[in-house]
Amino acid sequence: MSQKTIALYLQLHQPYRLKRYTIFDTAHDHLYFNDEGDGNTNNSKIFRRVAEKSYRPMTLLLERLLAEEPDFRLTLSMSGTFIEQAEAWSPDIIETLRRIIATGRVELLAETYHHTLAFFYSKSEFEKQVLLHREKIFKTFGVIPSVFRNTELAYNNELAAWAQRHNYKGILAEGWDPILEWRSPNYLYNAAGAESLALLLKNYRLSDDLAFRFGDKKWSGWPLTPEKYIDWIHKSNEHGSIINLFMDFETFGEHQWEDTGIFGFFAHFVPAWLRQHGSFSKISDIIESYEPIDTLSMPETVTWADSERDLSAWNGNALQQEALRHVYALEHEITQTDDKELIEDWRKLLASDHTYYMSTKWHADGNIHSYFSPYDSPYDAFLSYMNAVRDLRWRVMQHRKGL
Amino acid sequence: MNILMLGWELPPHNSGGLGVACYHLSKSLAQQGATIDFVVPYTADHPGIDFMSIHSVSSLSPLERNELGVYDSSRSVTSRDLPDIPGGSKNIRDVQRRYVSFVENFIQDSNVDVIHAHDWLTMEAGIRAKELTGKPLFVHVHATEFDRSGELSGNPIVHEIEQEALLLADRIFAVSNITKSIIVHRYGIPADKVEVVYNGFDPASLQDGYDYDTLTYRYLEGLREEGYLVVATITRFTVQKGLTHLIQAAAKVASQYDKVVFLFAGDGEQRDELIHLSAQLGISDKVFFTGFVRGKKWRDAYSVADVFVMSSVSEPFGLTALEAAHHNNALIISKQSGVGEILSSIFRFDFWDTDLLADQIIGLATSPALLQEMRANIHDEYARLSWQDIAKQCLSLYGKSNVRIAA
Repeated sequence: MSQKTIALYLQLHQPYRLKRYTIFDTAHDHLYFNDEGDGNTNNSKIFRRVAEKSYRPMTLLLERLLAEEPDFRLTLSMSGTFIEQAEAWSPDIIETLRRIIATGRVELLAETYHHTLAFFYSKSEFEKQVLLHREKIFKTFGVIPSVFRNTELAYNNELAAWAQRHNYKGILAEGWDPILEWRSPNYLYNAAGAESLALLLKNYRLSDDLAFRFGDKKWSGWPLTPEKYIDWIHKSNEHGSIINLFMDFETFGEHQWEDTGIFGFFAHFVPAWLRQHGSFSKISDIIESYEPIDTLSMPETVTWADSERDLSAWNGNALQQEALRHVYALEHEITQTDDKELIEDWRKLLASDHTYYMSTKWHADGNIHSYFSPYDSPYDAFLSYMNAVRDLRWRVMQHRKGL
Repeated sequence: MNILMLGWELPPHNSGGLGVACYHLSKSLAQQGATIDFVVPYTADHPGIDFMSIHSVSSLSPLERNELGVYDSSRSVTSRDLPDIPGGSKNIRDVQRRYVSFVENFIQDSNVDVIHAHDWLTMEAGIRAKELTGKPLFVHVHATEFDRSGELSGNPIVHEIEQEALLLADRIFAVSNITKSIIVHRYGIPADKVEVVYNGFDPASLQDGYDYDTLTYRYLEGLREEGYLVVATITRFTVQKGLTHLIQAAAKVASQYDKVVFLFAGDGEQRDELIHLSAQLGISDKVFFTGFVRGKKWRDAYSVADVFVMSSVSEPFGLTALEAAHHNNALIISKQSGVGEILSSIFRFDFWDTDLLADQIIGLATSPALLQEMRANIHDEYARLSWQDIAKQCLSLYGKSNVRIAA
């Protein structure tokens, strides 16, 4: 049995949720994200809650593990809107992140600043957001990422070609069976059409054991102990040596609450894995140390969401398609204004989260959608969004009139 | 003439148009010399109503009465859990029974010439009053269970109450020919027993110092400045209102002519379906949903509109069309809406004929002269039917009935 290494990558993101925004607000109230009430669109309230439950305890746990275990390594990626919110509402978390990144054993990835799917709607806007993110990461943490991950892990060959053109060393994607066929996600691959770009694939079974199933008492694997999990890791393809555990950072404490034992599990799992001669690697370490075993082609877009693993969670229904059509149609007019606030508000509305709240899939995935949604229904999310888009248009018009 | 008026609501405690119609009719009857005892199921103050005596059947508050539902009879009678109401009554049937026994007591020491019962809610009490006094019973039909239930079959208990009362009534008042036709064809009542008594309209009730505030729908006003036509409907979002047809027509309009937007003011169980349909048709940006509107937002919805559409599949009358005319809207009214029978300067369409509806809307959007003409003309005729005329008609019909019974 070859020695295995774990590439743990955690995603930190918070969107700016749009408040309930009616036609009576349109053309009057240009502040879309400033709900300060008790509801679920109060962004500062939500951020502070998630900080309390997840960001603070988990960053501190990571810091402790990095101090105690010199061979512990991991990768983080954070949206620009997460960093902004942390700076505003829980700056201690930025401090902790700075310290753990300064160890040199925590890698940061590149992504879009506003957590958008702009790659599929406007390449020019996408590139601007990637650049904005790069600047923010450099300014905040003093590093420049060399590996790219797109929002929601949305990936296709075209994106790989783009990443190679822009000198990224590697890129992340979902290790989805219909694409992999007989292959295993536990190897390094090359991206089709971008042969110098390394492709790392999420081991979704082992990742989702933590991200989705850990606290589920009806799950056959419950309760999951470090020993059991390590056993599963060893059994996950005997030959492949890379275990890509990709998940939301909020898995720890927010999606899986503290009372599930997720923190205790992780605190014990890391040293236990290292004692058994396992190792942890940053994404870049993997790209340096391993040879790609094959070239993998994904002409169709693959994401890490829902049972379809496509973009349908964000653009699958008519509401979402309408919303996306109208908001992206404003790109030229809005960027032409040079009005920083207007452009910024528009970009906040491009966050993939907004159309996710409009999803009407009501099977098992729908439950996840409604868990994450601050709105009463997809239709309410849609109405508020369309009115906000109309208000953007109103503001553009005022610009033209020189008001 | 002493009239025992059996009603379910009066302003300001009304949940719909029934209370408005009862108020204006009673007021005009009183002004023409009638003495009216008006029975309501709840207890509340009615400020400004000093022209008749109001009698309360129970200590229910108007709000609790509203909870019982008037329009949604199918649900309220059978399965719905209702809050305990004072006196231990549990549902609308209990309230109706108490209404009957109140009326039984009331008529023992009052002098009643005619009994006038409004809709199924009070029909049983009307029948009982007629039995005990031998006085003529006038059943006033504002809506039947067929109208309330849309394309569903409706509640059999309600149908039965309506059937019995329509048979036993001395005379039936229907608010339109459409309603008369339902009474004749679906309840098998001889046509000569049914008289059409339209609703009137009292513009004074809307002259309360209201001023249109263009800022309420500022975005829509912005579009109007750019030459857009605003088409509005202000209603409950239920199947009965035919709103999916209006959305279909809106899509046909959008494919031909860009500068038309649609204001859907109101709320109801069909809202999500309408939102989804407009997204599917790719016209979400053209359709504005306000949610439930009241007060100024309600009045301003009429004021921001150029054209008002009533697309109902089955509308006994349709007071909102007259309100829209009052606010200078041009009117497009389905042939299945009773109010259309008393208006000439309107466009008509069968509710399913979305091609014709789209054509009419585009016509108004592209011809300022036509729009201006229709607005001006409907404004001249919308208040033609005064409640005083309606009251006269009722008094004359009461009289005929008395003669017949005496003979």
